[in-house]
Amino acid sequence: MIREIDTAVITENIKEMCIEANHYLSKDMREALDRACVNEESELGKKILNQLEDNLEIADKEVIPICQDTGMAVVFIEVGQDVHFIGVNIEEAINNGVKAGYTEGFLRKSVVSDPIERVNTEDNTPAIIHYSIVPGDKVRITLAPKGFGSENMSRVFMLKPADGIEGVKNAILTAVKDAGPNACPPMVVGVGIGGTFEKCALLSKKALTRDINCHSKIGWVADLEQEMLEKINDLGIGPGGLGGTTTALAVNINTYPTHIAGLPVAINICCHVNRHSVREI
Amino acid sequence: MDKKINLPITAEIAKDLKAGDYVYLTGEMYVARDAAHKRLMELIEKGHKLPIELEDATIYYMGPSPAREGRPIGSAGPTTASRMDKYAPTLLDLGLKAMIGKGKRTPEVLEAIKRNNAVYFAAIGGAGTLLSKCIVESEIVCYEDLGAEAIRKIKVVDFPVIVVGDCHGNNLYDTAILQFKKDN
Repeated sequence: MIREIDTAVITENIKEMCIEANHYLSKDMREALDRACVNEESELGKKILNQLEDNLEIADKEVIPICQDTGMAVVFIEVGQDVHFIGVNIEEAINNGVKAGYTEGFLRKSVVSDPIERVNTEDNTPAIIHYSIVPGDKVRITLAPKGFGSENMSRVFMLKPADGIEGVKNAILTAVKDAGPNACPPMVVGVGIGGTFEKCALLSKKALTRDINCHSKIGWVADLEQEMLEKINDLGIGPGGLGGTTTALAVNINTYPTHIAGLPVAINICCHVNRHSVREI
Repeated sequence: MDKKINLPITAEIAKDLKAGDYVYLTGEMYVARDAAHKRLMELIEKGHKLPIELEDATIYYMGPSPAREGRPIGSAGPTTASRMDKYAPTLLDLGLKAMIGKGKRTPEVLEAIKRNNAVYFAAIGGAGTLLSKCIVESEIVCYEDLGAEAIRKIKVVDFPVIVVGDCHGNNLYDTAILQFKKDN
């Protein structure tokens, strides 16, 4: 059976999700910050983590965005193959939602229309949209506003198969070390391993939207997530990059089949304001 | 060490600041980031007068979210300072005394800080809501067409920052992590 969905519904949901994601962190992120406040060994680090908790509380109570960089809106939209959209086309519907959310929600407009001429579009459009077609008649939307302090510190490494898992570990540690204080630690580290040049970048971005308490279902990947979290926290970078034992709150890794000649690795870093809102329509 | 400082910061005040000091700033400062710095540099290169007074000035690298009615400003945390590294030495040589941002600076900027008895402070990245509560007034000085990147003058009360780069050549980002680094 074909299910009709008016794209106006998509617009309304995207609008609400932009506002929601920029004011309230998901439960897993808040709990991870709570734990970090207890476990952090640096006094200054503890002070900074407590300020980040206060910051979340004020954002919630007074409806002020958690961070002034309310990001570029990244939208993952999984469309059931039995869905038929009516109304304006889906891309326009998503961008209308972003425009409404960023304007009505007093969010910062951070998008320029051209990377060199750099004129602000004044409504934070266009969004970065990743579509996928899935079985069923539902539409699942994950909206993740992405700030660029951490985005700028993200990397893609095209490793050789001979580099193996040690090469992957080095790539992750190199990206995090180079990011240091710039990426607003404590950070969440999204990693994509395999696929092609663009596929591994997309895997790493998607990894950031996974609940940070959920580990990969693949044994060696789940082990690597845990090992890299410990190694990253041993770097000493700490909250704000000012020293401490909490440099990352989680490492989420996604993998995909790849070519006999390659081992692509992407590291997408997100600050402690790892925002995402998920809805199913 | 915790200190309270009234702006402007002069060379004498900067000389007393050490990497690691936790400082509460009160007074007036400018807000400027990428696009505004580019315009300032173009004016300097042409020998034109600047729309802001650089002598003993403090610049906060920040682009706020829009203010809701009745509030001076929206969320207002620091942006990454390294994007202003290309411009900072020139501005420091023209009298700028303090910069507030987050993240590493180039050796050229740290050298210009020493040369001019200036200071680089970090504010807590991602604490834009908390920091906005210390901003009591905000007005656009120029470049309104840049939106969030316009140059603003703000008045702050007990605005919390940490000295990262001091005029004695210290860099807190390099030294603070050593204490907590475990070999791997």
